[in-house]
Amino acid sequence: MSTASYYVPPQSRWPILASIALFLLAFGAGNLINALSAGSSTTLGGLLLGLGALLMIGILFGWFSNVVHESMSGMYSEQMDRSFRWGMSWFIFSEVMFFAAFFGTLFYVRNLAVPWLGGEGEKGVSNMLWEGFQAQWPLMTTPDMERFPGPQQIISPWHLPLLNTILLVSSSFTVTIAHKALKTGHRSRIVIWLAATVLLGASFLVFQAYEYVEAYHDLGLTLHAGIYGATFFILTGFHGLHVTLGTLMLIIIWLRVMKGHFSAEHHFGFEAVAWYWHFVDVVWVGLFLFVYIL
Amino acid sequence: METTLGQNLGDTHHEHGPAGGIGRWLFTTNHKDIGTLYLWFSLLMFLTGGTMALLIRAELFQPGLQLVQPDFFNQMTTMHGLIMVFGAVMPAFVGLANWMVPMMVGAPDMALPRMNNWSFWILPFAFAMMISTLFMDGGAPNFGWTFYAPLSTTYAPPSVTFFIFAVHMMGISSIMGAINVIATILNLRAPGMTMMKLPLFVWSWLITAFLLIAVMPVLAGVVTMMLMDIHFGTSFFNAAGGGDPVLFQHVFWFFGHPEVYIMILPAFGIVSEIIPTFARKRLFGYASMVYAISSIAFLSFIVWAHHMFTVGLPLAGELFFMFATMLIAVPTGVKVFNWVATMFRGSMTFETPMLFALAFVVLFTIGGFSGLMLAIAPADFQYHDTYFVVAHFHYVLVPGAIFSIMAATYYWLPKWTGHMLDEKLGKVHFWLSFIGVNITFFPMHFIGLAGMPRRIPDYALQFADFNSVASIGAFIFGLSQLLFVYNVIACIRGGERATDRVWEGAHGLEWTLPSPAPYHSFSQPPVVK
Amino acid sequence: AWQVNLSPGSTAIARDVYDLHMIIFWICVAIGVVVFGVMLWSIIHHRKSRGAEAHHFHENTAVEILWTLIPFGILIAMAVPATATLIKMYDSADAELDIQITGYQWKWRYQYLGHDIDYFSVLSTPREQINNQEAKGEHYLLEVDNPLVLPAGKKVRFLLTANDVIHSWWVPSLAVKKDAIPGFINEAWVIPEEPGIYRGQCTELCGRDHGFMPVVVEVKPQAEFDQWLADAKTAAAEQEAAAEQEWTLEQLMERGEQVYSTACAVCHQANGQGIPGAFPGLAGSPIATGDVGAHIDIVLHGKAGTAMQAFGGQLSAVDLAAVITYERNAWGNDTGDSVSPQQITELNQ
Ligand code: HEA
Ligand code: HEA
Ligand code: CUA
Ligand SMILES: [Cu+2]
Repeated sequence: MSTASYYVPPQSRWPILASIALFLLAFGAGNLINALSAGSSTTLGGLLLGLGALLMIGILFGWFSNVVHESMSGMYSEQMDRSFRWGMSWFIFSEVMFFAAFFGTLFYVRNLAVPWLGGEGEKGVSNMLWEGFQAQWPLMTTPDMERFPGPQQIISPWHLPLLNTILLVSSSFTVTIAHKALKTGHRSRIVIWLAATVLLGASFLVFQAYEYVEAYHDLGLTLHAGIYGATFFILTGFHGLHVTLGTLMLIIIWLRVMKGHFSAEHHFGFEAVAWYWHFVDVVWVGLFLFVYIL
Repeated sequence: METTLGQNLGDTHHEHGPAGGIGRWLFTTNHKDIGTLYLWFSLLMFLTGGTMALLIRAELFQPGLQLVQPDFFNQMTTMHGLIMVFGAVMPAFVGLANWMVPMMVGAPDMALPRMNNWSFWILPFAFAMMISTLFMDGGAPNFGWTFYAPLSTTYAPPSVTFFIFAVHMMGISSIMGAINVIATILNLRAPGMTMMKLPLFVWSWLITAFLLIAVMPVLAGVVTMMLMDIHFGTSFFNAAGGGDPVLFQHVFWFFGHPEVYIMILPAFGIVSEIIPTFARKRLFGYASMVYAISSIAFLSFIVWAHHMFTVGLPLAGELFFMFATMLIAVPTGVKVFNWVATMFRGSMTFETPMLFALAFVVLFTIGGFSGLMLAIAPADFQYHDTYFVVAHFHYVLVPGAIFSIMAATYYWLPKWTGHMLDEKLGKVHFWLSFIGVNITFFPMHFIGLAGMPRRIPDYALQFADFNSVASIGAFIFGLSQLLFVYNVIACIRGGERATDRVWEGAHGLEWTLPSPAPYHSFSQPPVVK
Repeated sequence: AWQVNLSPGSTAIARDVYDLHMIIFWICVAIGVVVFGVMLWSIIHHRKSRGAEAHHFHENTAVEILWTLIPFGILIAMAVPATATLIKMYDSADAELDIQITGYQWKWRYQYLGHDIDYFSVLSTPREQINNQEAKGEHYLLEVDNPLVLPAGKKVRFLLTANDVIHSWWVPSLAVKKDAIPGFINEAWVIPEEPGIYRGQCTELCGRDHGFMPVVVEVKPQAEFDQWLADAKTAAAEQEAAAEQEWTLEQLMERGEQVYSTACAVCHQANGQGIPGAFPGLAGSPIATGDVGAHIDIVLHGKAGTAMQAFGGQLSAVDLAAVITYERNAWGNDTGDSVSPQQITELNQ
């Protein structure tokens, strides 16, 4: 093994541009959200946010094209490939911890906070402040129904969520089949199975969107519906966001496959997306279990 | 067009120096340039946060409100804590990692150089946004660096939204920085550099990077929940909807406690490099040092609620967190004993880096002792949220983290610049700092035990005497840092030429490179036997 | 004063805690002496300038195991008394008096459960002392209008909660520090021994006046406590009677000014101008010059999501009527409106 050929890229404008874009996104979002909350009308925040988003998309596109180009022209050694792998794995680990924070929240409120408020356990005296409140999960009746009217009804796990589980789990299989096909050089099969994965992901998103509409319109299950709604939406919402991202990534590698990118030996870009997709899938299984069923 | 934009900026060869002009710094992919940027940024933030500390100390010089109003005082306390933690200490360590890790493992650069640049350049924007809140309606965040809900949600000034996004940006920066460090260490080691041959600074950073990746996302999670509570009607931290304000603290400290070790593990690494050099003796107990760091990192995940002993945890929880916290004294003790054993029967000299390292060992241990006292839950009921806690954490952070950073700078600066430092000035800086830091923070133990709460702009008369002592100390310590700034600048501009090895007793790959180190560290991997 | 240590405390538990504190302190000192001693020894004797040659040892498994185990043993020795004390502190059973303590920005409310006594306790140090316009008194910042009164020798249980943000109720010499958390109740208890006055402070950052919300506890012998209890009940009854009387505009204005200065002026300012960006002014404001009903409503119920508290539960009907009347007529608001305590009682259910 030799590091002599380790590729150190020359100067690049992407990172500083990306920092500016990120700043615009953050500053714009802050302005917009504050303005919305204060009920005042300002377009500055939205403008900056939009500008930042456009810029960021452009940068990501350019930056990744650079990387793809470098990779395709054989500048990356195997060692470089390993650096990317470490990078992606630790990135996914950071995502795992992000979700862990919300799962931890869910467990805490279910097992400790809500029972205490309902008069159970070591801090059950707290119930003095919420006369008549009873602990239950799902939390249909919140301690203060005027400020946080609980949901009238919650989502049954055995309809859309079950369907979505089937969709996502099978998409993990389809992407694996595509991966196998890539390794054995069956290009047309890759295209088909990747397309199937994208379709499965996209239909998941459609159903998820439908579920949200139903939750808001028919079930009274909203962000304002107390802690059940809050944990439900933060978990499923961030998951949905990740599926969206994953689907976009799948689409990109699908296009790249069609352009003839990736070889049987060299296809880290493909694998990174596949890992990410599996991760999103595993999170969903956790959600299905702890948010919907239990 | 997109593909050429990034590529034509420099040529693709290895053997070239830095580009000229401002572009060198904006577009750089070089680990040394980026390390330098981090270090300057950190110094700037240290001076900013320190100026706020001086304002705090000036207000507390006497009882009564003299200089600032209570609300602004709270903003100062908050910003001081945030800037020092996220702006001064963490970036300084990342800067040191950037400079030293590739040199120490025998790599040409960091594993992912473009991302490295991005990690840095996010920070100035994040801090610009955070500091700009001082000028917004309602003022800057005023709820402490720990931003407990609901003070930071329902009762916060509108600028909290920008604070949240600034924290997100810092988180992104830290995670990318940490990923880079890990990938470099795991993947770019020179042939023969096995894990158990890694210099301890590298080991300590490997574990630190792991901690960063594990907890920064949790911080992101908690600020996201705040954002939702403030603007989107959720009730995570509101009992009326079934949430709990204490939940905030659990999630925050799950991040926060490992965070304090993020600020000390690299310091352990630095000291473990410096002491053997100036004792001219191999580090005692290399393997146990590695195990100790790992145990500290592991334990750091299961002790978070020692910051919450008074929130009314169930008894079992209280006991668990007390015991787990106390356990940390064991691996930390191992490290301290190893350092002492390294000095024992060595052949010591006392150049400036060594002086700072020795002060580190003593004063950090004192801070550790007060930490252990805080870990005893029933006693913590008396210490919690008093100046005793303030004394504890400044002892581990200022003569701990900050001294280690100064030691590292004095130690490696000749390698970076090619010039020796003004040793005499360094010693003056050391002694003024050493005396100043103790005058500032030692009396805080007393005021805390006497009963003075933290985060108050005005206090009862019985706390007055030691408060003025502490304030005087703060000015001595603070102003002495100008000597440091001067010394560093002088060293960059000139001075006696440094040899490659610089210090007589120095060992390690970084000392095999010329001083100043070439722009690309190891284009040809060295072989480690 | 140059006090350097905890005060030993005035209850059995407080003394336990003090002893524990001293034990761990001396253990740390002892370890410090050994560790720093060896270090100093090396610094003095093993320096190059003295011709010391470096030895070559760099590990020793036996020593390393030893210095892992010894600290572990020391820690266990500390944990035992700590656990015992903690278990005692958590046992709040068999209390003879229950007091609910509620933290507000920036005052404490004390409710003697089952005794119909309910009052607020606010800092009584004059602003002039804080702003250095007057010499500071002996108990500067540690004095309140109405202290918490406790009977000596009885086990008293505190039920702590908060109305807005988290506060923390601390009296050092009683060794009680417990957070007051909105929406939840924490328990703590004390058996005060010696009659006397004990002072402490809020110890959780709770906003602007966190440094200005002291805790004062007055412990009285049983007989005096009973007397105090009886007097307090009579006073409460008189308050109620006052709410039935007729009040003139002048009377209301006079009383209102007082109430305003203690309850409202910290935010809205004595001149009614508020603090731009933080607290709205009242002089000429739509609330204070517009519809009376809306004005009463916001004072009684507060405004969610802002620092404006619901004063309906904090002030008596007379005080509420007085302060609203005052706000509607002071600083050139001159609406001429006079709000009666009866009006308030009716609306404040
Ligand atoms: C670099 C940062 C750093 C480090 C290293 C530490 C180290 C430790 N800290 Fe500290 N801590 C902070 C930063 C740090 N802390 C901060 C910032 C806060 C306040 C946050 C806030 O509220 O704003 C805080 C607060 C804090 C609290 C909460 C106090 C309160 O709010 O009431 C506690 C309680 O347990 C605690 C404990 C400890 C312990 C046990 C250690 C241990 O790691 C120390 C171990 C070291 C030793 C013990 C010395 C060496 C050992 C020997 C010589 C062996 C033999 C010794 C014995 C057997 C005793 N810390
Ligand atoms: C690494 C972290 C770090 C560092 C280095 C410091 C450094 C210092 N800190 Fe800080 N501190 C914290 C972390 C840190 N602190 C945290 C986390 C808190 C808790 C916040 C909270 O409660 O939320 C805190 C809180 C805190 C308080 C309590 C405030 C309160 O409770 O109200 C005090 C009070 O004395 C204090 C003092 C100091 C002083 C005097 C220094 C000195 O060491 C500083 C010395 C440095 C300088 C003085 C800089 C020199 C500058 C100049 C000479 C000016 C030149 C200027 C230019 C050229 C532009 N700090
Ligand atoms: Cu109430 Cu601090
Ligand atoms: Cu901690």
